[in-house]
Parts: sequence; C-alpha cells; structure tokens
Amino acid sequence: MRKNGVKMIKIKAKDVDVFYGKKQALFNISLDIEENQVTALIGPSGCGKSTFLRCLNRMNDVIDICSVKGEIFINDFNINDKSCDVVRLREKIGMVFQKPNPFPKTLYENVSYGPTIHGMAQSKQEMDEIVETSLKKAALWEEVKDRLHEPGTGLSGGQQQRLCIARAISVTPEVILMDEPCSALDPIATAQIEELIDELKKEHTIIIVTHSMAQAARVSQNTGFFHLGQLIEHGSTDKIFKNPDNKKTQDYITGRFG
Amino acid sequence: MNLILFTFIVLLGFTSYYFGRKKAYTIQSTKKRLTALPQFYGYYLAIWCAIPAFIIFSLWAIFEPTIVKLLILSDYSNQGYLDDELNLLYEKSKALSRGQFTGEITPFIEASAEKYLSLRSIAQSSKVVIVLSAIIASVAYAYKRISSNSRTREPVEKFLNAVLFTASLAAILTTVGIVFSLIFQTIDFFKVIPLFDFVFGTHWYPAKAFVRDSSEALDPTMYSDTFGAVPIFAGTFFIAFIAMCVAIPIGLMSGIYLAEYASTKVRQYAKPLIEILAGIPTVVYGFFAALTVGPFLKELGTSMGLEVSAESALAAGGVMGIMIIPFISSLSDDVITSVPQSLRDGSYAMGATKSETIKRVIFPAALPGIVGSILLGVSRAIGETMIVVMASGLAANLTLNPLESTSTITAQIVVILIGDQAFGDPKTQAAFALGMSLFLVTLCLNIVALRVVKKYREKYE
Repeated sequence: MRKNGVKMIKIKAKDVDVFYGKKQALFNISLDIEENQVTALIGPSGCGKSTFLRCLNRMNDVIDICSVKGEIFINDFNINDKSCDVVRLREKIGMVFQKPNPFPKTLYENVSYGPTIHGMAQSKQEMDEIVETSLKKAALWEEVKDRLHEPGTGLSGGQQQRLCIARAISVTPEVILMDEPCSALDPIATAQIEELIDELKKEHTIIIVTHSMAQAARVSQNTGFFHLGQLIEHGSTDKIFKNPDNKKTQDYITGRFG
Repeated sequence: MNLILFTFIVLLGFTSYYFGRKKAYTIQSTKKRLTALPQFYGYYLAIWCAIPAFIIFSLWAIFEPTIVKLLILSDYSNQGYLDDELNLLYEKSKALSRGQFTGEITPFIEASAEKYLSLRSIAQSSKVVIVLSAIIASVAYAYKRISSNSRTREPVEKFLNAVLFTASLAAILTTVGIVFSLIFQTIDFFKVIPLFDFVFGTHWYPAKAFVRDSSEALDPTMYSDTFGAVPIFAGTFFIAFIAMCVAIPIGLMSGIYLAEYASTKVRQYAKPLIEILAGIPTVVYGFFAALTVGPFLKELGTSMGLEVSAESALAAGGVMGIMIIPFISSLSDDVITSVPQSLRDGSYAMGATKSETIKRVIFPAALPGIVGSILLGVSRAIGETMIVVMASGLAANLTLNPLESTSTITAQIVVILIGDQAFGDPKTQAAFALGMSLFLVTLCLNIVALRVVKKYREKYE
C-alpha cells in the first residue's frame, strides 16, 4: 500500500546476524518489509530464510543455542531491545508453520486459544464472534461451522493449515509470518491458501518463505533472495523474476542451481 | 553320572557342528554352490544331535521311576497289602538304599533296597548306551544326508522358531498355572467362608483361626466375623491414596521440570539421580519408614499434642510415595518430551508463555500418557508389601485416621503365611483369596493403564 505514492515500511531489519552456537547462520541482513504487501523470501535449503523469519517474532528465543544480533524495527520499535515484551510482540506478529500444527483440541478451542491467553474476549458471545470471523477470514467457516466442537486434528491437511491461519489471525496480528505454508499440501489446497494470502494482505502484512518460485511469483509483490546466509538481492517481485541485478539470483530463478 | 553324560552330549553337539560345517566347506571346495551358509550345515547336525538326546532324556525321566517301582512292588503282590502300605514299603526301601532310613530294617525291605539299587544302576547304564547310540545313529544319518543341494537353512530356522515359541509358552503357562492355583484355593476358601462375609465383613481377625486345635472338626460358624476383608481393603486403598498424594504432585512436577524447564546439563544429571530412587530395594524403604519416619512423626505429633502411633499409615504411605516418584516423573517426562515440538512452536507463536503452553497445550496432549503412568504407580502402591509390613502395623483397623496403624492386603498375606501353615485350612486359603483379589485389582489397573497409553501412542506416531 502506498500513501501518497510513498512506500510504508512496516518492518526494518538492520545488520541482523544469527548464530547457532558458534556457527553463523545469517550475515548482516538488512531488509525493509512493506506494509500490506506480500513479501516472499526465496533461496535454496539451509540459506537462512526461515531463520530470518523466526527472528521477526523472536521464535529463535526458543532455541537455546541460538543468538541474534542487530536491530529489527517493527513500527519503529526495536524488538531485539530488552524492553520488548515477547508476549505482546507475538500477539502482533502471527506465524503459520510448514507442517499444519493444530492443537489436539476442538476446532473452537484452537481458534479461541490466542484470544483466551491475551484476554481479548469479555464474554462467550464475543469469543464466538472472534472464532466465527477468524474462520470466515481463513475461508474455513462454511466447511466446519457444524462441527466446531470436533478435534482439529480430524481435518484434512489443507483444512488444518487454514485452521492454523484462522488461529493466527484470531488475535488480529499486524504481520503474519508464513514458513513454507504449502509444502505439505496438495495443489488444490495450495491454490486455496494462495487465494487466502491474497485476501489477507488487505489487513495484514505478510512475509512468506517458499521453495516454490512459481508460488513466490504468484502471491508476492516483493521478493528477497537468500543464499548461504546472505541476502543477495531484494526488490519487487517483477524485477527479481524478470530482470535481477545479481547473477546468482538470475541463476537461481532460472533453475541453474539450488 | 547324569552331569558327565550331559557334558558329553554337549561336546558331541559341538563336534557334530564342526563336522557339518567341515563337510559343507569340503563341498564348497569342489566349486559347488551350497544352498545355505556352511554354519547352517553345522547347526543342522547339532540339532540332529540335540533332539534325540532331549527326547530320550525326557522319556526316561517320566517312565524310569514308575517302571522301577512296578518291578520292586511285584515282589509284594498277592500278599494282601493295601496300596498305601505298598507305597510306604517302596519309600522305605528307597530311603534305605540311600542310607537315610531310620526305622526298623526288615529282611524284606533290605532285599527291596538292594534290588532298587541294582535296578537303578542297570537303568543308568542302559540310558547311557541308548542315548549315545541314538545320537550317533541320528548324526551319522544326517551327516550322510547333507549334500550341496540338501535343505539345511529351513530346518534350522524352524528349530529356532520352535525354541523361541517354547520359551514364550513356558512364561504363559506359568502365569496360567499361578492363576489357576489361586482360583482353586480361593474357591475352597469361599466354600467355608461365604463370599458375602469376606467382601462386606468389617472384622479381619485371622488370629482367631490360628488358635484352633487341628484335631477339632472344621466348624464354619467359628469363622464368622473373622475374615471380613473390608478393613484391609480400606487400609490398602488408604495407604495407596496417601502414597499417590505424595507421588503424583512431586513426580509430575519434577517430570514437567525435567522435560520443559531444565537445561540439557541439569537434565543429564538430574534424571539418573531421580531414577536411583527406583533402584533402592523396597526393604530399605521399609526400615527407613519404620525406624526413621515413623518415630519422627510420632515425636512431631506428640510435640503438637497429637496421638500418633509409631506405626502409622502416614509413615508407610509417605515413604511408599517417595518410592513411586521416579516412576511417575520418569514416565511423564518421557510422554511430555514426546509431544511434538510443532505444538510448542504453535503455542509460543501465539504469544503464550511457557507455563500457559504447558497448561493448555502440552499437558492436555500428554494427559493420556500421564494418566497411564499414574495408574501404573497406583498398581505398584497397591502391590507394595515390604514398606507396609514394616511401617504400618499388622492390626487390621478400620480407620481413616492416617496417624493410626492400619494394614493392607499384602501385609496380611505375609502375616498369614509366616511360620507353619496347614494346607486346606481356611486361614491359609484366606491368603489365596486375598492374593486373588489383589491380582484382580492390579490386573484391571494395568489393563486400563496400557489401554490409555496405547491410545496416546496411536495419536502421535
């Protein structure tokens, strides 16, 4: 989204280094993410794109040996600062994982999980509304409205992933991080998720890690290309795919390595 | 003699293995392809050595005594002896031949004893001859039969299959045997004591049955109000309850700590340390409870003006709980660790804290496994004997005061069976009835526990 033709920057990463123990996984990443756009992160396996994604909601904290250096500003607030409250941060930045990971609870409990722990609903009606709107936004409501109290693990893979998206958007995050959300899904479920991503970007800023170049081209407005822990090139998807500046990007896009 | 023969047969087995293999190598050296690896030829011959030896040995063990007895007693036939007297005569001559006879030696018995000895030595030498010739014949036959295209692998595999099957059959038959001996004695018990009195009676006082003069006739009425099992069932469940009150919170919390909070290094040392608790023999826990915890509780209680028995349900139950902690903590640690990381990530990514994640996601997901571990702990608590015998007293009081002494099923079985027992006496059979009920309770608990654990496994694997 551009206001008066100026790009609105939602996330600004500055000189981010990530270490797993002594091994450096990311080198000096600086990247701006535009608001209400889909940004795709592409690159060969092990290049650090998922690691970078996990920096943005501080999920790397969960891994003992992982340490992150550098600054990441979201709404001009440095999330790597000591004063940052991780609970509030993750409320603002949702995440969808590679493998659908619904909790072994009912559909309703899956979606109401976030609102409950953040105390967002004062009454049962409010919670019902949140669950309904989240499921509607995740394009799952029609399929599951009659079985909200059945276990979420009983859904198909594609439905499970949409349930996870519903769960992520239930707390109305500003940013949604997606870590290869379609890699475990069949082409039809993938198409549904992609359609959904396009819809979601009206209200959320989306960053998606993907292995499929075709998917990056289909869903994203901006693309960043990672290689061996470095951000090789980033810019509008059109430019990256049609006229990249860097030879490595060119080679990767055309399938010469990766 | 038998030992020497046995050693010799084993040596023969090794020799035939060696010959079988050697023959296989010889065939191989003529560039013929074998149907199995050379050692299968060796095993094949060794089996041909073992099977006849085994069959003859078992037949001998079954029939030799009967035949010898028949031959000896044939001297006494037509003399109007009763069967019992004949048996006695036979036992006497056997004892005399071993030099263990202390009674009056009559010429008849002496003659029988000599005959017994000579028969035994004939039997022994013929056994050696028959076994050895059978082995040599069968091995020679098999040795001649094996050639480049004879089947040796399949018979060897079949033999192994049969051996393994026999082993598991032995385990199962033992279980069945134990259960049946329990059942029959229990039925006998309930012929004298009505089931109703046992299940609903509130007085357990088997000592009353101890004082019966064995020459007196069995009078069921004198046992009324003696074998009422309610107090000891209540005691059992009460002590198990106290134990679980100690074991569940501590075990569960330490399990959660180990699985979720402890760093790898702490876990590495803490887990084996907790598991050492499981390695302490229960008798040690028993005297810890009886000599340390019991008196300590008594003093503590007295200083607070409470009446505390030195042998109290609290001391026994508390120490039993400590004994069970490692089961619960170790098992629940395992089930919590096996909850997929993706669920934790999902919860953290929603902004949940560690404790919220544990409470709302991990704990419910691991609950079936945790319940299973608790049920296994309960069945251990119910079956535990040593601690109760030593620390909670032997008087079967019907009480819910943890400071008084009570008794359990297991402790009462010990009380009943210590010292001399009369078979066929209700007091002895009471132990079987108790054992049976204990068996049923723990069996049900274990079945439920295994079901629950299995259900949990299906969900995540």
